[in-house]
Amino acid sequence: MIAVNDNAAGEASPAVFEQNTDCLAQLSGVTKRFGSIVALDGLDLEVRRGELLALLGPNGAGKTTAISLLLGLQQPDRGRARLFGQSPNLVEPRRRTGMMMQEAALAAELRVGEQIDLVSSYYPDPRPLAAVMEMTRITALAKRPYGKLSAGQKRQVQFALAVCGRPELLFLDEPTVGLDVQSREMVWATLRELVGGGASIVLTTHYLEEAEALADRVVVLAKGRTLASGTVSEMRSLVVRKRIVCSTTLNAGEVAAWPDVLSATRDHQGLHITTTNAENVVRRLLAADEDLQDLEVQRAGLAEAFTELTQEVS
Amino acid sequence: MNAMTLEAAGRPARGTAMPSGRVLRAYLTEARYETLRMLRAPAFSAVFLSIPAVLFLLFGAFLFGDAIRADPKSALFLFMGFSTFGIMGPGMFGFGITIAMEREQGLLRLKRALPVPPGSVLLAKMLMALLFAAIIMISMIAAAPLGHMRLSAGQALSVALVEILGAAPFCAIGLFIGTWATGKGAPGFVNLFYLPMIYLSGLFFPLPKSVQWIALVSPAYHLNQLGRTAVWAPSQGSPVVHVAVLAGVTVLFTLLAVRRLARVG
Repeated sequence: MIAVNDNAAGEASPAVFEQNTDCLAQLSGVTKRFGSIVALDGLDLEVRRGELLALLGPNGAGKTTAISLLLGLQQPDRGRARLFGQSPNLVEPRRRTGMMMQEAALAAELRVGEQIDLVSSYYPDPRPLAAVMEMTRITALAKRPYGKLSAGQKRQVQFALAVCGRPELLFLDEPTVGLDVQSREMVWATLRELVGGGASIVLTTHYLEEAEALADRVVVLAKGRTLASGTVSEMRSLVVRKRIVCSTTLNAGEVAAWPDVLSATRDHQGLHITTTNAENVVRRLLAADEDLQDLEVQRAGLAEAFTELTQEVS
Repeated sequence: MNAMTLEAAGRPARGTAMPSGRVLRAYLTEARYETLRMLRAPAFSAVFLSIPAVLFLLFGAFLFGDAIRADPKSALFLFMGFSTFGIMGPGMFGFGITIAMEREQGLLRLKRALPVPPGSVLLAKMLMALLFAAIIMISMIAAAPLGHMRLSAGQALSVALVEILGAAPFCAIGLFIGTWATGKGAPGFVNLFYLPMIYLSGLFFPLPKSVQWIALVSPAYHLNQLGRTAVWAPSQGSPVVHVAVLAGVTVLFTLLAVRRLARVG
């Protein structure tokens, strides 16, 4: 099983945490059950100052539960959740935190500007209303009732609510689901700006390219445990597999039997080979078929790394 | 201790300190927008704000105006009945349905995650219900002379005060229902309490002797009798008992609801 747990390197024990000012939020040894389902199974997770941490994992991996515990929405059965060194149930640490949940139907009757005004009132030093709307490109929606917005516009407003309080730490649970390309780029650009300004962000996502584009660090969760964590390129290098595509007359079944070949299939593009040793396989391919064309060798993206990692546990 | 250690270690304190002026502003902003929301939902506000006075006029002035003019007791009976009936609605439905829907749609969950000051959401809804109750009482008092109900300024003020504060137990019951019911089920559940309570409290029809005891457990009955006391009219039971029951119902259902909200949000 591949598991590059960063426990040894970065995971602070509770005793160490008190001095560690670079750790903004932390789950230590947290177990959370819902009936017979174990959502989190002794999970350790920490969010460091100034980083954008992407939580990846298949549905039911425990990403949303982990965030809920850090926001005090749920209490751990075992272990401890800390937000700015305090219990997340207290209002003080949450005043330094902004959040965007997966499903939140805001009051349909209130206008966009009013929604932001209301949420801003909870924070000690919020951004000016106009600045929030400018930043999240919703100025034109200011007077529209929330209930009359499209699904994508609603997500944009929820994003504005997440950032309006000038939070030091942002939790974003699948923030770009349902957004069009421009809005998604707006969210990405804003997130980069916020991290540039010193904020920390925890992001759950199904879009691997989102993690690839934004994350300083990736934590892969599966079945409530950390499967791997590291930078995007560390994550990719975990997977030694490469993909070869070519046009050839060779039989897929024969190639599949070669050493180092994990699988070989044929479709309209040609022959697709997954291998642990691309160089050897390419040499043999060229030797076996002199007319071979359109040869491509691809390194596994985060998508492949991720699929492979999560398949290991299932 | 943790927070102290962190600050001693040089962490900027930005964001943690919330001046009390801003906290107060947060409570007021919540209440303002809660009221605005309800006023913008005409199906809710138009019905609850207008129906009591409209029905009072329908019965007291148009349908039975002549009979009632000759009988001040029935004018009082109708006035008190429609006032109490009016007061029950915004609290029970306003809390019951909105809490159930907001719970279901994840709004309450978001509010629990946001740094909303403690109790602010419930307080805002309570103020909204009290404001609605005030508007209802103003409309009832304005309609009173047309329904042959004569009130002195003092009586009007005292009955308005009693009935407006009397909205509290109905808010608590609505809140309690809202923490249990689903968004779709809430209107039905609220009616399950609301309609029998109207009948069993003797608001509009004198109850047969055999079932009068049921009224004793109904906050609407106690509020109705307290309202009669407030206009110096004869009433049943002791005002102290009425106040105690109304306060008890408020506290009991609020505690039950808050406990459940903390668990299920």
